[in-house]
Amino acid sequence: MMIVLVIRALVNLNGPGHYLHWGFIQISVANVLLIALMVVVFVGAILIPFRRGKGRNR
Amino acid sequence: MSAAKGTAKPRRFNPDRDVEDWHGAYVPYDILKEALVALLVVGVLIAGLSIIFSSPDEHPVTLKSWTANDPVDFAQTAITELDGTSAVATYGPPYNATPGSSQSIGFFSPEKWFGVRHPVNTAQDFVIDPLRTLPNRPALTAVLNRYTSAPSSQQALWTAAYEKAVTKASFAHGALRVPAGRYGPVAPMMSALTSMARSGSLDGALLSSSQFYDTNYTKPLLYIADGTYLANLAGQQHLQGNQWGMMNETGSFPGQAWLWLYTLWYQVPPMNSSPNADLQVWAIMMGLTVLLVCLPFIPGLRSIPRWSRVYRLIWRVHYQDLKGPATT
Amino acid sequence: MSIETGSPGPQTHAGPDSRQWTARARKAAVAAFPPERLLPDRQPAYMASWIYVFGILTLVSLAWVILTGCVLAIMGPTWWHMSTVGLFVNSLHLWSVEAFFFFMVIHLWGKFFMAAWRGNRRLTWITGVVTFVISVGAAFTGYLSQQNFDSQWISTQAKDGINASGAGAIFNVLNFGQMLMWHIVLLPLVVVALTGVHVLMVRRRGIVPPFVVEGDAASSAPNSSPVETEDDS
Repeated sequence: MMIVLVIRALVNLNGPGHYLHWGFIQISVANVLLIALMVVVFVGAILIPFRRGKGRNR
Repeated sequence: MSAAKGTAKPRRFNPDRDVEDWHGAYVPYDILKEALVALLVVGVLIAGLSIIFSSPDEHPVTLKSWTANDPVDFAQTAITELDGTSAVATYGPPYNATPGSSQSIGFFSPEKWFGVRHPVNTAQDFVIDPLRTLPNRPALTAVLNRYTSAPSSQQALWTAAYEKAVTKASFAHGALRVPAGRYGPVAPMMSALTSMARSGSLDGALLSSSQFYDTNYTKPLLYIADGTYLANLAGQQHLQGNQWGMMNETGSFPGQAWLWLYTLWYQVPPMNSSPNADLQVWAIMMGLTVLLVCLPFIPGLRSIPRWSRVYRLIWRVHYQDLKGPATT
Repeated sequence: MSIETGSPGPQTHAGPDSRQWTARARKAAVAAFPPERLLPDRQPAYMASWIYVFGILTLVSLAWVILTGCVLAIMGPTWWHMSTVGLFVNSLHLWSVEAFFFFMVIHLWGKFFMAAWRGNRRLTWITGVVTFVISVGAAFTGYLSQQNFDSQWISTQAKDGINASGAGAIFNVLNFGQMLMWHIVLLPLVVVALTGVHVLMVRRRGIVPPFVVEGDAASSAPNSSPVETEDDS
């Protein structure tokens, strides 16, 4: 529970947002993190080995 | 099994359209167990995100809060509603029939074709009718009657003078103060309206104007959006169009990242300075959506997966199996 | 006089040549979706990648969206503004929507790179993309239904694009009651129906096999020249 309270105190998303500017592109840090995470998860899903071991149903 | 209907025409094998049937190995797989595990995993994920991050809930703006925070902006907006020069008053369909206001691409102007479907007369709906709901105000009734019975040319003189003066208005001791001038009944109307808004009764008057149970907020929302107060609050939260605001959420929450391509077009020429930008962007996005839906039929585009060879990574176990010893 | 045993006796259903709509519909359904295809316990050996879990992750995220949405519906649209439990359920609803789109887009990327429309699976692709587009609309009406500053801003901005397209004549984003009903009745029905068709198409056609790479041993009969037929299982 303590760790939840600590994270909540550090990452209060109700505070003002932060934004990145590249030329005419403006994007919030939250959205950049989300999109980056999607790319990382997609690449990970393709690269991480998927074992079809005997006895496993996956 | 060949199709019984019509003639089955053998076609040349196209690797981007056709497949060879799979006659290889199958492995055991528990689809229901996988579904349950996925349900629990995602449940834990969203519970964790909810506990840690919660969700945003910024209080809505009301006409009351607007006039409490910026009464001069309210008055500046209200006079343009009365004289018919506000953004809503000159919007055109579906709110009113202002000529030349509809967006178009060539002859294509669906906004105009559908016409006025949610009629808003800003002078009546935003100023005169709400003021008439105030009870026991004979002086105000007289002022309103003086205004409504005057010829439109006289009304225009009064409103134009007031609109010019209200840019120098101030608010003190609960009252709107404008420099002295010849405004006729308009000045007391605007003062009464500002007071009505500050009391909260303008919010109610706009909402229940037609019936008791109303869930249609068209009028109060259009009114609030015509001022700068709402837009300034949105700008502070990076929600305005030129801030790519369509993708954003209040605070630091992730927003609607999937709208990135929709909002991108508003930032580039010619859309970023076009009066028909909304229709142009809508048309572009409809076209791109149709392309995505019809991707399987589009030569070239449907070959990208094969050319990119990402599939070599996805199916590398399969390709290794084919090269290696026979599978058990 | 016979004793009821629960087992079907003679003439409990029409013969195979029956012209009845019911019999013909049942016969077609069973032919298209025999039980072992509807609920398979095997999958092709080439399905050996984590990318394949994103379809089910998307589905269960949708299940959580609907479940949390039902709780919000039970308590009414203003509950979450006035109750900490309500705010928590609203948060579950928001994050399940974020998860839904997160997993759905990754699923889309995976299916694109697999060219999953191949082998008569175009309808599977089409229903998937259309579901995505309709889901964006469902999420949009959800944002409009929040009854807070966010929905005020989104509605007053979005109205211009929607009005320009002509849709604003009917679809009034400033009408909370209308938008709420689209959000909790009309669009969920469409999303669930399309998702159902999409999943049935996946079951009907099976998971798309890999591209054949030059030099690899063929996994099928040597004289493969596909004929365009209805049934490509």
